[in-house]
Amino acid sequence: MNKVVSGADEAIRDIADGMTLMLGGFGLCGLPEKCIAALVKKGVKELTCISNNAGVDDFGIGLMLKQRQVKKMISSYVGENAEFERQLLSGELEVELIPQGTLATLCMAAGYGMPAIFTPAGVGTEVAIGKEIRNFSGKDYLMEMAFDADFAIVKAWKGDTMGNLVYRSTARNFNPVMAMAGKITIAEVEELVQPGELDPDHIHTPGIYVHRIFQGENYEKRIEQRTVRIREQG
Amino acid sequence: MLDKQGIAKRIAKEIKDGYYVNLGIGIPTLVANYIPETMDVVLQSENGLLGMGPFPFEGEEDADVINAGKQTITMLPGSAIFDSAMSFGMIRARKVNLTILGAMEVSENGDIANWKIPGKMVKGMGGAMDLVASAENIIVAMQHVNKAGESKLLPQCSLPLTGVHCVKKIVTELGVFDVLPQGGFKLLERAPGVSVEEIIKATAGKLIVEGEIPEILI
Repeated sequence: MNKVVSGADEAIRDIADGMTLMLGGFGLCGLPEKCIAALVKKGVKELTCISNNAGVDDFGIGLMLKQRQVKKMISSYVGENAEFERQLLSGELEVELIPQGTLATLCMAAGYGMPAIFTPAGVGTEVAIGKEIRNFSGKDYLMEMAFDADFAIVKAWKGDTMGNLVYRSTARNFNPVMAMAGKITIAEVEELVQPGELDPDHIHTPGIYVHRIFQGENYEKRIEQRTVRIREQG
Repeated sequence: MLDKQGIAKRIAKEIKDGYYVNLGIGIPTLVANYIPETMDVVLQSENGLLGMGPFPFEGEEDADVINAGKQTITMLPGSAIFDSAMSFGMIRARKVNLTILGAMEVSENGDIANWKIPGKMVKGMGGAMDLVASAENIIVAMQHVNKAGESKLLPQCSLPLTGVHCVKKIVTELGVFDVLPQGGFKLLERAPGVSVEEIIKATAGKLIVEGEIPEILI
C-alpha cells in the first residue's frame, strides 16, 4: 500500500493529450502548484480542466493557458487573467461557467457514486438552458450531471504514504471533493509522513481515494490579494 | 444621500444577534465594520470558513487563510473550516440566515442580475447563483442608478439573470425598499436630504409609497 511517487513528473507521467483533469484550489489558495509546473514542462495539450478558477497570468492554470495546453475550462469564476480573456475572445479557448456550489457538488457526487444532483442554482437563468427541471415541494431544481474526470490533482498540507490527507485552513476548498472524484487521484503535500503519524480522527480525505502522493519542495503559496490592517502605533 | 459606508451602516441594522451572515464583494464587505460588538454574529465565507475575522496585521498574512474575494483575512476563535461542497450545502439548506450582495439590476418581482453584461468579458457567476437561489433572506446593496444615470430598480431586468424572485430588500444611496411578494418596490425609508419625489424619479420599476416616509437613522 505504498502510493508514494518520486515527484510531480512521475505523478503525472501518463496524463495524455485530450484528457479531463480536476485541479483543486480556490484562486491561488490550495493550488497543486508542483503538478501544474510538471504539466507545463510535459506540454500535454487539448486538456479539459475543471477548476473553480483559471489562475492568474503567471501562476496556476494561467501557466498552462499561456502554453496553449487547455482546450476547455469548466469553472465558476475566471477573472484576473488577461491571457485567458484573449484566448476566450479569439475563440481558441472554450469555457463552461458553472455556479460554484454546483461545481463543488458535482465533484462530490462523483466521489459518492451518484450520477446527478438537483440544485436550485441557475433556475430561470441561462445556466438552465437545455437542462431537465424537476419540481420538489413547489420549488424548481436543475438536474446537473456529475463530472467524469480522468485525473484529479489536489494539494494537501500533510499526507501519509497510504494517501490519507489533511488540509490546512481555507486551502481545503475544492481539494477534498476533487480528491474523491478522479479515476486516478494525485495528491501533492507539503509534508509526507509515515502511517500512524496522522490521527485517524483528523483525516479529511481517506487514502482509498488517493492513488499517488508526493512531497513538494519549496512551495511558493502565492497570495492573490494581500490585504492587511495597520497596527496602531504605540 | 448615503455614501457607501452609509449604505453598509444601514444594512448592518438588519443583522440580528446569533445570525450567520454571508457578505458579498464590494459594499457588502463594508457591513462587517458596523456590526455591534455586543452581537454574536458569524460571517460565512463561501470558500469554506465560518468565523471570518478582520484583515491580518502586516507581516501576519497567511496564504492559506483567505476569503471568497481571495483577500488575506484572519479566523476568529470558534472558527470552522470545511470544503466547498459543504459550504454550499449549508447555503442550500438555508443554515445561513442572511445574504448581502451587490447587483447591477433588480426587478420589481425580486429578480436579480449581477454577473454578466453582454458584449463584455464574462468573468463568471462564482457563488452568486447558488446564494440567490437558496438564501432565505437576501438584501441587495447597490447604487440606485447606473453610470449612465439609468435606474437599476426596474420593471424587468434587461441583463442576464442571476436568480429569480429572490431579493427581499434593497438599500441604495437614496433609500430602503422592500421587494413585495406580489411585486413592487415599497419605499420604507429615505436617505437624509432625499425627497420622495427624487426617489420616484430615479425608480423605473413599480414604486409603492404609503404615508409619511421616515428618514434613515444611522
